[in-house]
Amino acid sequence: MKKLIALALALIMVMSLGACTVTNTESTTAATDGKTPETTGTGDTTAAAAPAEISLWTYPIGKWGDQETVNELLANFNAAYPNIKVNVEYLTYQDGDDKVNTAIEGNAAPDLIMEGPERLVANWGAKGKMVDLSDLWTEETKADIEANNASVAAACKWSDGAYYEYPLCMTTHCMAINKTVFEQAGAMQYIDEETHTWTTENFLKAVQAVYDAGHKDVGAIYCSGQGGDQGTRAIINNMYNGTFTNADFTGYTINTPENIKALEALVAQDGINFDPAINGGEEITLFRNGTLQMAFCWNIAQQLNSDNGEAGHTNNGDEIMFMAFPSDDNAPELCGGIWGFGVFNNGDDAKIEAAKTFIKFMCDEDPATAVKASTYFPVKASVTGVYAGEDSEAVMNEYAKLSTYLGAYYQVVPGWATARTEWWNMLQKIGSGEDVATAVATFDTNANAAAAG
Amino acid sequence: MNEKKLTKNNAAKTKAYYTISFVLVAIIAILFAFPLYWILTGAFKTGAEINATTPVWVPSEWVMDNFTRLMSKRTAPLFELTFGKFVIAGPVVPAAIRWLVNTVFMSVSSMLLTCLTAAMAGYVLAKKNFWGRGIVFSLIVCAMALPKQVILIPLLREMSTLKLYDTIWAVIFPIVGWPFGVFLLKQFAEGIPTEMVEACRIDGASEWRTFTDVMFPMIKPGVGACAIFTFINSWNDYFMQLIMLTSNKNLTISLGIATMQAENSTDFGLLMAGSALAAVPIIIVFLIFQKYFTKGITMGAVKG
Amino acid sequence: MANQKVTYNKKTRKLMIHETVTSYLFLLPFLLFFAGFVIYPMFMCLFTSFFDATMGREDIFIGFDNYKTLFNDPVFWKALWNTLIIVVVSVPVTCAFSLWVASVISKMHVAATSAFRCIFYLPVVTGSVAVTMVWKWMFNNYYGIFNYIGTSTGMLEKNINWLGDERFALACIILILLTTSVGQPIVLYVSALDNVDRSLVEAAEVDGATQMQAFWKIKWPQMMPTTLYILVITTINSFQCFALIQLLTSGGPNNSTMTIMYYIYYNAFKLYKYGYGNAMGVILALVIAALSAVQFKLGQEK
Repeated sequence: MKKLIALALALIMVMSLGACTVTNTESTTAATDGKTPETTGTGDTTAAAAPAEISLWTYPIGKWGDQETVNELLANFNAAYPNIKVNVEYLTYQDGDDKVNTAIEGNAAPDLIMEGPERLVANWGAKGKMVDLSDLWTEETKADIEANNASVAAACKWSDGAYYEYPLCMTTHCMAINKTVFEQAGAMQYIDEETHTWTTENFLKAVQAVYDAGHKDVGAIYCSGQGGDQGTRAIINNMYNGTFTNADFTGYTINTPENIKALEALVAQDGINFDPAINGGEEITLFRNGTLQMAFCWNIAQQLNSDNGEAGHTNNGDEIMFMAFPSDDNAPELCGGIWGFGVFNNGDDAKIEAAKTFIKFMCDEDPATAVKASTYFPVKASVTGVYAGEDSEAVMNEYAKLSTYLGAYYQVVPGWATARTEWWNMLQKIGSGEDVATAVATFDTNANAAAAG
Repeated sequence: MNEKKLTKNNAAKTKAYYTISFVLVAIIAILFAFPLYWILTGAFKTGAEINATTPVWVPSEWVMDNFTRLMSKRTAPLFELTFGKFVIAGPVVPAAIRWLVNTVFMSVSSMLLTCLTAAMAGYVLAKKNFWGRGIVFSLIVCAMALPKQVILIPLLREMSTLKLYDTIWAVIFPIVGWPFGVFLLKQFAEGIPTEMVEACRIDGASEWRTFTDVMFPMIKPGVGACAIFTFINSWNDYFMQLIMLTSNKNLTISLGIATMQAENSTDFGLLMAGSALAAVPIIIVFLIFQKYFTKGITMGAVKG
Repeated sequence: MANQKVTYNKKTRKLMIHETVTSYLFLLPFLLFFAGFVIYPMFMCLFTSFFDATMGREDIFIGFDNYKTLFNDPVFWKALWNTLIIVVVSVPVTCAFSLWVASVISKMHVAATSAFRCIFYLPVVTGSVAVTMVWKWMFNNYYGIFNYIGTSTGMLEKNINWLGDERFALACIILILLTTSVGQPIVLYVSALDNVDRSLVEAAEVDGATQMQAFWKIKWPQMMPTTLYILVITTINSFQCFALIQLLTSGGPNNSTMTIMYYIYYNAFKLYKYGYGNAMGVILALVIAALSAVQFKLGQEK
């Protein structure tokens, strides 16, 4: 027996040794202080990039969380810049923030990170951990992005005037309904199918109709923390035209009659649960398996997800329809998601330069491929036809209708991390029966205290 | 006559008590075995069945999809050895394999290091009279129940200064420093007659020889208990792993599975498959060493 | 304990020095790790607790301000309370439950005893993350197994949101903690019951004692060392319960499952209040040290 194990071990050793690769780590870094490789002389400055090894951490933004897709993107990049080696690590929304925070504290922050302004700009940027990317924001780029959406540039810029994010893609966050169930319950009459909108009054009627048709759990205001908070914010703000922050993004404005009215209406509505046990991801799971008939945490990536069956359908084949959040003037303001790159200041200019080269390649030189990997929409007006000829083209075009309702990107108010946790606490309190006005007032005090510094 | 009746009555009562207790224990046992059953079967279910609203007790068809996904989504080199400026990297394998290797390496190293250091420390604390003994032992007792969250921030800064952050050692060292093993083996060593140690020393054996030839063999069951205890604890030490490890190639299996989740959705199939992969080896270890474990831990405790 | 009275004449003094040197040589490897990765961070924790430490700037000395804030923070008190509840409930319950299970299964056939012992040990070895995920599903409001069985047998009128209801959430956490911590106590009690002096029990039974009386009067005192040991390890275990909170409730609903361990983590990595988190750590360490000292003193006296 022992001999057999020893033999097996020896065999494995020999086999694995055979497949070993020996690399000289200095071969890349040594060249930085020595001579940089000669330019090929074609006037192509790209090949002159100094050799460097950088780390990139990505959140699961569409297929940017998928190793196979990212490897293809890297292969494209390395074809143009063979000197820059990019090591990718994949984060999740569950513990990604904690990972980055511990890494910063452990002096091991990545060189490059891919996420949205609420983290890159309002959190790490505000704390002085990021590199100002103003040199990437040329006039031409600004105009290009402005032509598509006016609020993107402002979102990527911190109050000190520095740009801590260079955006790649964006989308609107919306909600979704189980169309098949709504049809059976006779609730489709409340919906404008053409524009994917509904009024608050009709929304409440529709929920009631579905509830009366025997579905005890129509929707859930999930409040167990982690990601997905944009969904709960959007439903509450839109119902009676409330806002989450003030117009110059310096404070939180939840404590208003409009928002309180919306919360009270949701509490009173049959079929809407305030559920402190689930988070946004779990809400989606419940929606997909038919437990819930609507989801507040939705976007195009969810609409196209085909892990458990056909895209745009629940697990048992019901049709899913994406919807704008209800508003009483029928002019919803949807939250947007903007994703792009930020560079951590790790004190190594060569790495910062390499990181910028990477960003330029992904966002400026070959944006269509990079955007496609995200499954979202490009931020630049000049990038078009990304999904032409794809299966998803029709859905993407339909979804683009929602872009008209895109509101301001307000997730850059100071004290965002505190406000976010206070938000969950507030919903949980309301869910366990606390008076809405009191809970909202507590949120207002704590969040604005954090915003004031 | 009366007395006999009473005894009979008592016997009947006792019997009834044990019958009812037995049934209850059996029911509760199902609750204990259930999570593992659910993980093992869940690993072979389709996504729709895992997320079904009515429980699917047995998979209607056994699929390997979850394992295929687990093995294909991420890759990493099997191992990496650094000699100065050269790095020898192993063949590229599914990352789950690398994570399993990391987890085993972490658990085995912390087990070996803990057993060795704890046996030596436990021996002198039990058998030697020296200055500062009281203080050292009090510190050990007080630190024993200390949750790691308390020292989390300083530990993180320390690991980064020592350049150990994001290496498996950052998880191992705090486990070895945790004094429970010393406490356990000190209790154990106290049960060994002092005369035996004395006799050995009179024979002229060195301190080290006394320890290796006399003490160690006698506290072996205790060391075995300490070994299994540390192994299982470090295998399950989710918190330190979460804080200290970030690179794909340095993750442990439970962390690794967590990083394979997509935006706003949990892939339970993947989670189950990974968990099954992680659970099976340790259960096998437990089954093999069960006797040794029971014996060691009992002796250590009873003699305490 | 083998402590002999030491008389300080010259010879013993010399011996003492020798003993001390060799002892510390033996202790050295352990002390390196202990001092480096437990005591030093603990000291730094105390040190930093007097600073306003956060990400992105130098620490500012603020004296006892963190502690002042702490004592006025209702969530801290709630968390401390919950932590103590978890310990105070789960320790005795774990002991009693494992003693009961052990007494029942030790009466069985050897194979059955062994099988049950294994089953009760399974949650310990299956891995906390995996087991927690299954429990989360079992407690699910909409289609979890408890609600499923409860409503289909008529025991529950309607579904209960176990982890989402302030009244039940902490109890659920304690229940799960229980399943992951009774494994070892049961193993210990089964062996302890086997090792009880048979002749004493038989003598008592001849004298007409009932099984119950024989158990409490004869077996129980003999198992005292085991019980004390179990008290120590379950106390340690209850204080380590972090993954459960993080994976199941994140301290919610409405802080009803917030423990100090999670609150430290939350302050450190969600709100970047490092100094504040450390101050909390110091308080918790003091509480634990006091508890351990009391428990250990009791153990020494018995």
